[in-house]
Amino acid sequence: MLDETQKKEIKRFSKKAQMEIVKMISHIPAGHIGGSLSITDLLSVLYNKQMKINPKNPKWEERDWLVLSKGHCGPALYATLALKGYFPVEQLETLNAPGTDLPSHADRNHTVGIDMTTGSLGQGASTAAGVAAGMKMDKKNNKVYLILGDGELNEGQVWEMAMMANTKKLDNLIAFVDFNKHQIDGRTDNDDVCNLGDICAKFTAFGWYAQRVDGHDVEAIDQAIEEAKAHTGSPSVVVLDTVKGHGWSKIENTAGSHSRGVSPEELEEALGEMQAAMDEI
Amino acid sequence: MSKIILSKEHGKDVTDMRTAYSESMITMAEKDERIVALDADLMGAMGMKPFKKQFPERTVDCGVQEANMIGVACGLSVWGKVPFAHTFGPFCTRRACDQIFMSGAYNKANVKVVGSDPGITAAYNGGTHMPFEDMGIMRGIPTMTVVEPTDIVMLKNLLPQIADAYGMLYMRLVRKGVRKVYDEGSEFEIGKAALLEDGRDVTIIASGYCVAEALEAVEALKEEGINARLLDMFTWKPLDEEAVLAAAEETGAIVTAENHNVINGLGSAVSELLAKKNPTVVEMVGVQDEFGEVGPVDYLKERFGLTSQNIIDAVHRAIARKSK
Repeated sequence: MLDETQKKEIKRFSKKAQMEIVKMISHIPAGHIGGSLSITDLLSVLYNKQMKINPKNPKWEERDWLVLSKGHCGPALYATLALKGYFPVEQLETLNAPGTDLPSHADRNHTVGIDMTTGSLGQGASTAAGVAAGMKMDKKNNKVYLILGDGELNEGQVWEMAMMANTKKLDNLIAFVDFNKHQIDGRTDNDDVCNLGDICAKFTAFGWYAQRVDGHDVEAIDQAIEEAKAHTGSPSVVVLDTVKGHGWSKIENTAGSHSRGVSPEELEEALGEMQAAMDEI
Repeated sequence: MSKIILSKEHGKDVTDMRTAYSESMITMAEKDERIVALDADLMGAMGMKPFKKQFPERTVDCGVQEANMIGVACGLSVWGKVPFAHTFGPFCTRRACDQIFMSGAYNKANVKVVGSDPGITAAYNGGTHMPFEDMGIMRGIPTMTVVEPTDIVMLKNLLPQIADAYGMLYMRLVRKGVRKVYDEGSEFEIGKAALLEDGRDVTIIASGYCVAEALEAVEALKEEGINARLLDMFTWKPLDEEAVLAAAEETGAIVTAENHNVINGLGSAVSELLAKKNPTVVEMVGVQDEFGEVGPVDYLKERFGLTSQNIIDAVHRAIARKSK
């Protein structure tokens, strides 16, 4: 359970991360803003409460691992890592600049604190399962947290992994689905592209322990992770009902928020809205 | 440095390559606890059941999931394991190409991808399972090491080197018996061609199945008074540039011989180098951009032009072109 102070800190951190995301993307012609804004509450719970980490020793052997399989939302993870002290916040301005260590898609060989290189959808699912299997082989208690996009669930590889990870009893693997209901060509919860149907039921059918919570309710996210950690014998998934573009009303729940630019006027507007939300916490 | 002891006769080994692979894997795993084995429902076909029996905790049979298997192997390697992941050649290199590229090479992972039944050795599984393009696909991925062990002696010598060198590697491997080329005591180095015969008239650069055929060709050519140099180019990438350039300089004509499409194959690799450094006559023995088909290996080697006679004919063409 989160106490009130923790809850407020986690919410404030998430808002700060959102502000850093819009600032970062305002420096470049376009960036993956919608899906970045929808996962800051999750990242804030993970990095401020749930994950065993050491920003001063990013490769600490006892740490929990995070695989951002929806690698295009690197900006959300970069903002989180910078705010946690893995690297200077000023470095965020270098997103996608020539020669940068902050490429649009998460890359462990460039960015301090990134555990796995991702970008080709579906692949982080398997690499996360591989890390979890390695931990089991070595009888370690670390956890692997895997963040999947909802559009990413179109990939067959995710379901290959789901079948295998249950068979191998990888209960140290805890996955999240950022169910923000949008992929590039339409909605994910109707017949626009590929109807995901009941995501929890699908994972349950594969033998996983599945939960569904409000992805912007940090208390609910935290509680779901506690339950997932307590569950043994099979992997866990937490489906997060989220809002694509969360925190900036102009782009919330729009398909166009997947990748777009942020003009100077829009930056002011978005930051104003986020600051107001922060003040209310 | 390579130390080559040629086998006195070149008949088919009574031991299968997969048996040697499995035994070596067990020996290596006993000494190095990082070594793990993955498969995509072909563990039995690859002779790896004994490994699984001895190291159940270090075996991951993913089922018929090539893409997931490569991904899991990449994750294991980033955690610190040294995974050897096997399935049939076409299914790792074609089906899981992007996983090898992104989760593997781009991610700087450390997976040894083993693709079995190269080229015509897929025999009765036919065209769907007959990879004439696997080495080419792998060669096009930056940082990949690409090898084709010739026989059991070489395989056993290379495997510990493969396990010890960090990085992504593709090895195509015949599962069943192959013709003996080397005797025990031979030593090989990845990236260095093995010189089997020194000659000055022409150089045959062969790999895998074609090495034994090339040895026969060399003997027949001697009868004609042609002294051919023979290089076993078991590492396709990084190519032994020094050996190729010396061959071009000293013999003036090259014949490549590969159980693979000549497009994007060993002949291509050799020609790319020569075009840049020393344009030289090259003739390519190999599959001429065709799909495979079903049949016994002895039929397929004739059908796709991979016999010692095909190599001899190519040598004649190369020497004729050189003297023009």
